[in-house]
Amino acid sequence: MNVWIDIKEHITVQEALDFVQSPDSGGVAVFVGNVRNETKGKPVRQLFFECYAPMALLELEKIAEHTRAAMSIKKIAILHVSGNKLPGDTVVVIAAAAPHRAAAFEACQYAIDTLKETVPIWKKEFFEDGEVWVAAHP
Amino acid sequence: MLVLNIRLAIEVKGMKILLFGIAKDIAGAPFIHIDAPVAKVAALKEHLYQQYPRLRELRSCMIAVNKVYATDDAALQPGDEIAVIPPVSGG
Repeated sequence: MNVWIDIKEHITVQEALDFVQSPDSGGVAVFVGNVRNETKGKPVRQLFFECYAPMALLELEKIAEHTRAAMSIKKIAILHVSGNKLPGDTVVVIAAAAPHRAAAFEACQYAIDTLKETVPIWKKEFFEDGEVWVAAHP
Repeated sequence: MLVLNIRLAIEVKGMKILLFGIAKDIAGAPFIHIDAPVAKVAALKEHLYQQYPRLRELRSCMIAVNKVYATDDAALQPGDEIAVIPPVSGG
């Protein structure tokens, strides 16, 4: 198993790192996404993540396979949360291991950028005066 | 018996559509059934826009067929898993 894709309530950086580490990889890069406590100056109280899980897992797998086929990644973990999250909570972890560091950095950047464009996961922000689905409207 | 037959006919002709995020809020339900015969994604979108005009206000509105993004000219078959995908915002 060289790819670990998961969507669950709690994720940790350590579990992603533990999965990808191996003696054939000299470079390991990790991207961590946390809940920010404000958006455009307005305090964020909490987030809610909704997933179309069966399709989201397939799209995440495509991303992972691309990093292995095109970027010489040996092992990659992409973990995302679902449900309610508070400011500071970790919501996405990507760990990529490659023989050399450049590929690992590139894979993390590609994976988070593509995830935000294609993976069917939606985030709702809760403010003091209301709630909004992020990026839904132009 | 007659009632049963009619029900079966409707189920075969109709379509179940999953909704997520803001699309779910707009429709007021996590899934809907439509009975209109729609052979292609474009016709389905037009039907949804007429039934839920607020979907038009979204930045984008994709349709997934069997868990894969579908283009407007993609054909729909009975039994397909169809989902409305409003703008995604994971990460």
